[in-house]
Amino acid sequence: MARRYERTPVSQTETETELSEQTHWMIAVRDNRDRNAFAALFDHFAPRLKGFIIRSGASAHQAEEIVQDVMLTIWRKAAMFDPHRAQVSAWIYQIARNRQIDIARKENRPMPEELKEEPGMEPDASQILAIEQEAGQLKQALATLKPEQREIVEKAYLGELTHQEISAQTGLPLGTIKSRIRLGLERLRHELKDLKQ
Amino acid sequence: MSAITHHIPDAMLAAYAAGNLPHAFAVAVASHVSLCAECRVALEAHQAVGGAVLEDTGAVAVSSSLKDNILAQLDAPFTPEPVYERNGIFPGPVMEAMNGRAPRWKKLGMGVRQDILSADANGSVRLLYIPPRQAVPDHSHNGLELTLVLQGSFSDETGRFGVGDLEIADENLEHTPVADPGEACICLAATDARLRFRALVPRLLQPLFRI
Ligand SMILES: [Zn+2]
Repeated sequence: MARRYERTPVSQTETETELSEQTHWMIAVRDNRDRNAFAALFDHFAPRLKGFIIRSGASAHQAEEIVQDVMLTIWRKAAMFDPHRAQVSAWIYQIARNRQIDIARKENRPMPEELKEEPGMEPDASQILAIEQEAGQLKQALATLKPEQREIVEKAYLGELTHQEISAQTGLPLGTIKSRIRLGLERLRHELKDLKQ
Repeated sequence: MSAITHHIPDAMLAAYAAGNLPHAFAVAVASHVSLCAECRVALEAHQAVGGAVLEDTGAVAVSSSLKDNILAQLDAPFTPEPVYERNGIFPGPVMEAMNGRAPRWKKLGMGVRQDILSADANGSVRLLYIPPRQAVPDHSHNGLELTLVLQGSFSDETGRFGVGDLEIADENLEHTPVADPGEACICLAATDARLRFRALVPRLLQPLFRI
């Protein structure tokens, strides 16, 4: 895990200013254990997380307990954050859902193996930026959905629909997902090229 | 890994990202994703949609003490969750389902063995060991069954399934999976229905007698 700190910080690259604040904060937390950056992440995400968790049926009090767990997990697992593969919101989304499920089912949710990155791998600012731009396009795609379609998407990703119910829906923004998949595959092939399987 | 041709359907990946798959299926999906770059990336795409939904959720003010409480805990000691590494043919999530142990095979007859990793009213997860050219037992299902190949391969009316391939079969699929010649086939089988504990031979005769 510690090998993550050995790589060149992303902030040294020329596209620094184009990355979102959230990504900067998260990288500062990961590489420098920056508490101010963590506080900034809290200010941005904690109220959204609370709203998100309440929407999935928790009380305000329970929601704050889960927000606390999620924020501490962000701090402790920061080394696992890879901006080449996930935007901050996507990474935090998964942590939040995992925590909610672990509490609801009282068992650990099965998770895929983590990918181990080559030590000393150079950050690729254009890929990080591409992931961010995809996130922006995804947001736009969500914003242009009809209200009823949008509600279906929200329900699906809040865990309110079964996979059978999701597959019966046609309103999901799959076109956007497909281009996001292509982008991710390129990076992953690049990352895996030298990895022993 | 490029040899994988049978993947996880999009809706199932979305439900997995959202945490709304039955536990048994989640084990199979997490295991396939561990072996399959394509589905890993697709899962990341679904997480990105989830992230967009999170970003867009109406914010609710948190109580004034929450931030200080959390900041005060940053240096507190904590126990990291155990990480189960891949071991031979078994990906991390399968190792986790086995609690890190080796398989404990129980003979089912005709050279077929199984190890039930978990089973309750909500579903079951088990490993199956099928000798070459032997039919896969219990291939009529109550509910949905996901079968992930970990070693060798099997074939049925719908195609050939090699290492990393995931077959999804519902109760309407009538098929006869048979392990291919060569290496024994080892699979992870997950179902959302209660497992019926019956001997192999009567189960294989069921279609004949329409039990
Ligand atoms: Zn796949």
